[in-house]
Amino acid sequence: MTLGGRKAQLEGFAFVAPFLLLYLFLLIYPLLRGIELSFHRADPFADGRFVGLDNYARLAADPVFRQSMWNTFKVTLMIVPVLTMIALALALALNRATRGAAIFRGIFFSSSVLSVTIVTLIWRFVLAPDAGLLGELSTALGWEPLPFLSHPDLALPALAITTIWWSLGLPMMLFLAGLQQIPEDMYEAAALDRASRWTTFWRVTLPSLKRTLILVVMLQTAAQLQLFGQAQLLTAGGPSGASRTAVLFIYEVAFGRWEIGYATAAAEVLFLLIVAVTFAQYWATSRTRDGGDGR
Amino acid sequence: MASLELSGVRKAFGTTPVLDDLSLTLEAREFIAFLGPSGSGKSTLLRIIAGLESADAGEIHLEGRRIDGLPPGERGVAMVFQHYALYPHMTVRENMAFGLRNARVPKDEIARRVGDAARVLEIEEHLDTKPGQLSGGQRQRVAIGRAIVKQPKLFLLDEPLSNLDAALRMRTRVELAQLRQKVDAAVIMVTHDQAEAMTLADRIVVINDRTIQQVGPPMEIYERPANVFVAQFVGSPAMTLLPAKMVEGRSQNAKLKLGDGAEVETAVPRSKLKDGELRLGLRPENVRVVAKSKATTKARVELVERLGERTLVYARLANGQAITAEDEGNSRVRIGDEVGIRIDGAAAHVFGADGASHHARTRP
Repeated sequence: MTLGGRKAQLEGFAFVAPFLLLYLFLLIYPLLRGIELSFHRADPFADGRFVGLDNYARLAADPVFRQSMWNTFKVTLMIVPVLTMIALALALALNRATRGAAIFRGIFFSSSVLSVTIVTLIWRFVLAPDAGLLGELSTALGWEPLPFLSHPDLALPALAITTIWWSLGLPMMLFLAGLQQIPEDMYEAAALDRASRWTTFWRVTLPSLKRTLILVVMLQTAAQLQLFGQAQLLTAGGPSGASRTAVLFIYEVAFGRWEIGYATAAAEVLFLLIVAVTFAQYWATSRTRDGGDGR
Repeated sequence: MASLELSGVRKAFGTTPVLDDLSLTLEAREFIAFLGPSGSGKSTLLRIIAGLESADAGEIHLEGRRIDGLPPGERGVAMVFQHYALYPHMTVRENMAFGLRNARVPKDEIARRVGDAARVLEIEEHLDTKPGQLSGGQRQRVAIGRAIVKQPKLFLLDEPLSNLDAALRMRTRVELAQLRQKVDAAVIMVTHDQAEAMTLADRIVVINDRTIQQVGPPMEIYERPANVFVAQFVGSPAMTLLPAKMVEGRSQNAKLKLGDGAEVETAVPRSKLKDGELRLGLRPENVRVVAKSKATTKARVELVERLGERTLVYARLANGQAITAEDEGNSRVRIGDEVGIRIDGAAAHVFGADGASHHARTRP
């Protein structure tokens, strides 16, 4: 390599160095340190002693952890498809240049800027059986109010509804951005091709939104697998762990029982799971992109 | 039988009128070019015919059937879009078949039509690729193919050659000319390029300022422009227009006096012209650079454009008016020279103060 080439290379490194250093110290180092910690029996005041895979073995046998992982899966499955469909429907309805559409876009996005505390507070008012909105409504109609927050079968759906309401804004905006990328003349061509509205949606709009759709599903899956605040504030994981999510489990173990090593091990398991799910989605979608619609 | 009939078409966007009481009749299998500058309303008119815009007033009939009011897909027209508007996630075959499938054409019929069109357009080997993998020229063919398979009564081409590079544009122009012989339908092409319009169209519709300025075969538009706009818009370089006054006399044809004092004997009957401000219209080929002894007048050369087989000389008369003249390909004229100029009055056009044109009684 010539002298100039090496100098240019050094210059290149100099430009990325600030980011690289931050990345190493704020992301990579804690990540590795977390993995290390998961092999120790540790509390906040000492690194503790090395226990090998003990923490992971304990996790595998821990019914509370297993329940929390199962809950996480269920709530993610309840949220992501519904959230994606509602966000897409809203984007389709609001993708026009009228004042009304602009106002509604703002309204639907506004829930996303609220903090989780406010969101759970609002939904507590809605869901509480004795004085909540749904409770009053049920009573007025002569029905028994549903105990959303205290029934084992209803706690997760209550979390899902709250989360969907809270998270609509970003996916809707992503879909809107995707819709604006579709050139108008493609719709005109479809009109001349006698495509019905339904055909136009399935054959023109949706394929053009494919990348956005994949992005939304992947982002939301990764986000909802980490669902925490709503569960902690709305139901505290109850009743009897029916709405305890994985992150809530990690939080309780780490900052309730101060078992940092054990909590870190759980966090690593969740981390691997999220990575695996994300890659699986990516793999599945990129495979269909190459061959699936090529016929 | 007439193909397309437009009568009294009007269109305004908000308070801005774009088309004003426009009427036009196409013959069967006729190739028509809508020629006009940007913003003249020609594309809007095409979109109204396609059904992508609605007219505020007027009627549109296609082969006897009234089509304004019908949705675009029901009108029996097919359109080739300026940016092709191919469906990027469908293969070429699916792109071409999409409209037929929506119209519930039987499968084997679709396969036959797509196969035929692909053969004519020489895109058979690309049928299973997606538009993103094709070059601009190939995409253009696919867009044309998508229109052909519908077997429409009328093709609408929106600036079909504007996205191609110069070499490909020439080739595609020739191909379009060949293609139109093979399709049994009328064609309307929108363009702002007069060379495209002149070479392809049976008749040119010059549109400007919300209305039709002139309709006619290419050479008629060129030789007998209806008004100042058409005279200046069609022809490259543009026609020279010189302010002139009529010289009193008893000759049958008008004699005009230019600003620099030179006189030109035209072939336009004196009786047709009113007194007042007139303008003499001269195509470059009717203004020759000659020896000063044979010249009508003199001019100082400002720019010399050598085109090979001929040379264009941009010059100014003594009174400062610009005039474009033609010379031999091996012209020795240089910038700053004073040259003699001979004006062929018999081929000149005369425009009245209202912009209306007068031509020689017989074609030059």
